[in-house]
Amino acid sequence: MSVMLRSKDLLGIRDLTPEEIKLIIDTASGFKDVLKRDIKKVPALRGKTVVNLFFEPSTRTRTSFELAAKRLSTDVINFSVPASSVVKGETLKDTALTIEALGADFVVVRHSSAGVPHFLSRILRASVINAGDGANEHPTQALLDLFTIRAHKKRIKGLIVVIIGDIAHSRVARSNIYALTKMGAKVRLVAPSTLIPLEVERLGVEVYNSVEDGIRGADVVMTLRLQLERQVKGFLPSPEEYFNLYGLTTERLRLAKKDAIVMHPGPMNRGVEIETEVADGPQSVILEQVTNGLAIRMAVLYLLSRRRRTR
Amino acid sequence: MPEEILNSKEIERALKRLTHEIIERNKGVRNVCLIGIQRGGVLLAKRLAALIESIEKERVEVGSLDIALYRDDIHIKDEQPVVRSTDIPFQIEGKTVVLVDDVLFTGRSIRAAMDALIDYGRPAYIQLAVLIDRGHRELPIRADYVGKNIPTAINDQVEVYIDERDSRKDRVVLIRG
Repeated sequence: MSVMLRSKDLLGIRDLTPEEIKLIIDTASGFKDVLKRDIKKVPALRGKTVVNLFFEPSTRTRTSFELAAKRLSTDVINFSVPASSVVKGETLKDTALTIEALGADFVVVRHSSAGVPHFLSRILRASVINAGDGANEHPTQALLDLFTIRAHKKRIKGLIVVIIGDIAHSRVARSNIYALTKMGAKVRLVAPSTLIPLEVERLGVEVYNSVEDGIRGADVVMTLRLQLERQVKGFLPSPEEYFNLYGLTTERLRLAKKDAIVMHPGPMNRGVEIETEVADGPQSVILEQVTNGLAIRMAVLYLLSRRRRTR
Repeated sequence: MPEEILNSKEIERALKRLTHEIIERNKGVRNVCLIGIQRGGVLLAKRLAALIESIEKERVEVGSLDIALYRDDIHIKDEQPVVRSTDIPFQIEGKTVVLVDDVLFTGRSIRAAMDALIDYGRPAYIQLAVLIDRGHRELPIRADYVGKNIPTAINDQVEVYIDERDSRKDRVVLIRG
């Protein structure tokens, strides 16, 4: 009953205890009920203000946070880079303080550099929520993934979860590794050796070079988006080659448990990391992840609303 | 020291009387559904539904309602209310909804419950059934059906234990503040 989040911010899964992770997921179940109703809005955070501060393009995550905030009756401001003063040379600190002066209670931040949310959390009274910082973390994505897994498997402990893709550059993978290992799942990573961070085994995961070996017997198969626009050059011969070696195909999926679920954080490159038949197949829970993301973000906003620092 | 103010027999008698009152007031249970307020009202609503069915030989729908997100004390309480599930697997539009709670005290939970309920649809009537009315209302709210009126001091605590499997373990205790 008395479990609460210890911090005013959600910066990463790394800082959370298993009890806190469970609290967020349990709370999200209650919010999922709200999302099934005709009237999908509750008055819980009336009068609060959420600022989405996005220094990197994002439609899905920003929209999800925006809708989650609106469902809780907050006012939402979207502050995105091209429209803001950042291009005029304003520092990160000044931007943040300006937003706080507008009366923000929550700042949802995405930035291409790791650590930006942590920096902001130290100078702002508002709760800071990390919506993705560089290759570091994307905590709400991992939480919604765990919520989705638990909804299907009724547990997380002891499950075999395989994550396939560019682990080295993926904040989704990193947050999921922290979250899944904390909750007692067995995590396998599959990637070309150029896209696996050195000594990643120290996080308590197993590394497989063969996608078939990695998928064999898995309860959950998670593929990551190959970030074609970014760092792929030099790490991979071509997207076609990647599909041949690591793409999630119907044939490969057969090696997993019969009732295994297929997950992807989106947006997908069909025919690169995942075959269309698998993405749209009966084992895919990809669209459910999107809905669950709303419930998780509502839960995070709600739970952090009590944790404001008093100065 | 906790003092038992109602034993299982007395609770059973009170619930039976409430059942009869609900049936009589609504001239049967056609169009009536019961919705228990999380957490104390949920099991009581199920009990009442079972009693109604045994008397009227007619099924009544039962749901549960979480009011955490509708409370007016979210910002002043030390502990944040836990968000629980709401399960109303039927339409409430046009129905007579009997809200069920264990203890009626300030009336603020009932205010929150009515707001929450109306977001699910527009019932024709909302009635309120409580096992205990302990007084000290802060809002203009009263119950339609009361199991027992218990005079209390404002700092007292009234706790209702309803056992899901064994009704012989049911009891209501008063803890003097």
